[in-house]
Amino acid sequence: MQPFITLTAIAAPLPWGDVNTDDIFPAAALKKSGSGTAMMTDRKAMGANAFRQHRFHPDGTPNPDFPLNQSPYDRSQILVTGRNFGCGSSREMAVWALVGIGLRCIIAPSFADIFYSNCVTNGLLPVTLPDDQVSLVMSVITGQPGTELVVDLDTQTVTCPGKGQFEFTIGSYHRHLLRHGLDEIGATLQRVEAIDNYEARYFEERPWALPTTR
Amino acid sequence: MSTKTAVTRKPVAAEPKTLYRKIWDSHVIDELEDGTCLLYVDRQLIYEGAIPAFAGLKAANRAVRRPAATVAMADHMVGTWIGTPQSDAVNNFVDTLSDNCADAGIEYLGLDDERRGIVHVVGPEQGITQPGLVMVCPDSHTSSHGALGALAFGVGASQLEHVLATQTILQRPVPTMRLLLRGQLSAPVAAKDVILAVIGRIGVDGATGHALEFAGPIIDQLDIPGRLTLCNMAIEAGARYATIAPDDVTFDWLRTAPRSPRGADWDRAEAFWRTLRTDDGAVFDRDITIDLGDLSPQVSWGTAPDMVVGIDDRVPDPDSAPDADKAAAWRRALDYMDLRPGTAITDIAVDRVFIGSCTNSRLEDLRAAADVVRGRTIADHVTAIVVPGSGLVKKAAEAEGLDTIFLEAGFEWRSPGCSMCFANPNEVVGPQQRCASTSNRNFENRQGPGARTHLVSPAMAAAAGIAGRFVDVREMH
Repeated sequence: MQPFITLTAIAAPLPWGDVNTDDIFPAAALKKSGSGTAMMTDRKAMGANAFRQHRFHPDGTPNPDFPLNQSPYDRSQILVTGRNFGCGSSREMAVWALVGIGLRCIIAPSFADIFYSNCVTNGLLPVTLPDDQVSLVMSVITGQPGTELVVDLDTQTVTCPGKGQFEFTIGSYHRHLLRHGLDEIGATLQRVEAIDNYEARYFEERPWALPTTR
Repeated sequence: MSTKTAVTRKPVAAEPKTLYRKIWDSHVIDELEDGTCLLYVDRQLIYEGAIPAFAGLKAANRAVRRPAATVAMADHMVGTWIGTPQSDAVNNFVDTLSDNCADAGIEYLGLDDERRGIVHVVGPEQGITQPGLVMVCPDSHTSSHGALGALAFGVGASQLEHVLATQTILQRPVPTMRLLLRGQLSAPVAAKDVILAVIGRIGVDGATGHALEFAGPIIDQLDIPGRLTLCNMAIEAGARYATIAPDDVTFDWLRTAPRSPRGADWDRAEAFWRTLRTDDGAVFDRDITIDLGDLSPQVSWGTAPDMVVGIDDRVPDPDSAPDADKAAAWRRALDYMDLRPGTAITDIAVDRVFIGSCTNSRLEDLRAAADVVRGRTIADHVTAIVVPGSGLVKKAAEAEGLDTIFLEAGFEWRSPGCSMCFANPNEVVGPQQRCASTSNRNFENRQGPGARTHLVSPAMAAAAGIAGRFVDVREMH
């Protein structure tokens, strides 16, 4: 996973609230591929499906009204959007698809929980800013397309030209994972002794909680 | 014996605790600097969505830590036509999952196993789901299992990979929220109407990032299938966890479940489970009471589950939306749904009916629909399907003759699977077609490109199929 330290990039506006993971990665996408399981596992091939039913007409031609199809937004690495982004299904393909079209950061007033975790796991930085700051950034990138924002994970700030610097918060554990592009499983496996000890005590106290195959 | 937090490293706290906190505290293995906890996971249910996790484990040459903690079955992609072989594409998913499980030593319920079905139906039915357990599944509707007092949540494929490799997950504790539900429920008004009305009031992000506990007189009136419907859709309000304190209704359900503890184990388990309730005096970060009064059947009109009104109501006017953002969202929704403000819900015609999904495919749901259908036939222009949630639900329904009632009325009777809840390779609602659906999401394109979904209860879906438009099922009883 690519570490996230600082990013200076064009930002695209998607001024919708409650964008769900069916919007981001439609399940119908799965049937388009020859091998369904490859569609689920080949993370590099997912970009074609990002926002597919918004980016493309039913006949497959690009929808020119969708911001990510417009220049210079088609070169964006940052998406600025509305509240509750990523609600709905837990499908991680949604994040893989966004990463697949080159996005590295999403700025929104709020995110759905599972989606937020999936972002962190994949090195896509979710930045939560208050409504009014998101609106301000949105107005700048809409009014002056091609404006580059600076997102700095060390200082936890977003800099928007002409509008100043906005601080955001992120848990230090998540920041650490993103900052170093860490393999979380590898890190947890370092704690295997603690897990072993816990597990032994747990099932001694709660023998009924042992799974059965009856 | 002590039933408190004896297996955690933290000292036993004397202050009153919420149910959520009790389960959480007893599963904390370690705490990191910012409150992130390494949490023990008891069990996981998996389906085709786990395939990327197995691919990840294989690529990193990692083993599944505790195969017995996982039960697998195919549900999302399987075709549900009885007697029709699965397509090659479906077999590709099913065989890959089955091979992954065989390699890891994980129990896999095959397509012909009568216990197989939708994971969120099978878990509670088999007694895999139990109070006090931490459970995950790579599906957002895992919140369902909180209906029996488990702390259950959906995870992404990478997080599932972490759980399979370590039997743990890293999470931060979240704020708590209690929804105290008051009111009277009388059939055919059902749990589905309750949860749609609740989401309509609090919004699709009304519980985002919260550990939600349902409580109050409405819960006391609900059986386990109804409680499962409620917790199932808590994710549609954004809740990370949804819980209901286990009670005699829960214990009666579990007593006959195949995988429940037996004998002395049952006695110890039940004694422990009875402690799994929010203590008097425990404080929730948010404590909300909703009086549903005499609730009418609910119908969603838009493209998010909070866009919902009563059957006796009308499609709302975006000009009356609470703010400009909502007004814009309502306009987009009305455009997609091809509806005009002020249209009576009972004037909306339907083309399709889907009775099924992890929200509403249990025996009680099918009975509620069959009560409406009995002796009637569906409207000429409607196609309708009934998809039981598991092989055992199907078998029990057939033993009661429900399949005959549906078939004689013109419904298709199917085998178990997620089916038309989402646009999977087999089951789609056609472009611009309108579907009365007992599923959980009315998103754009959810049931197929261009499909228009209206979320309703099983009884309301059945009634819409018969009338060819939405009707108040109370007038058909």
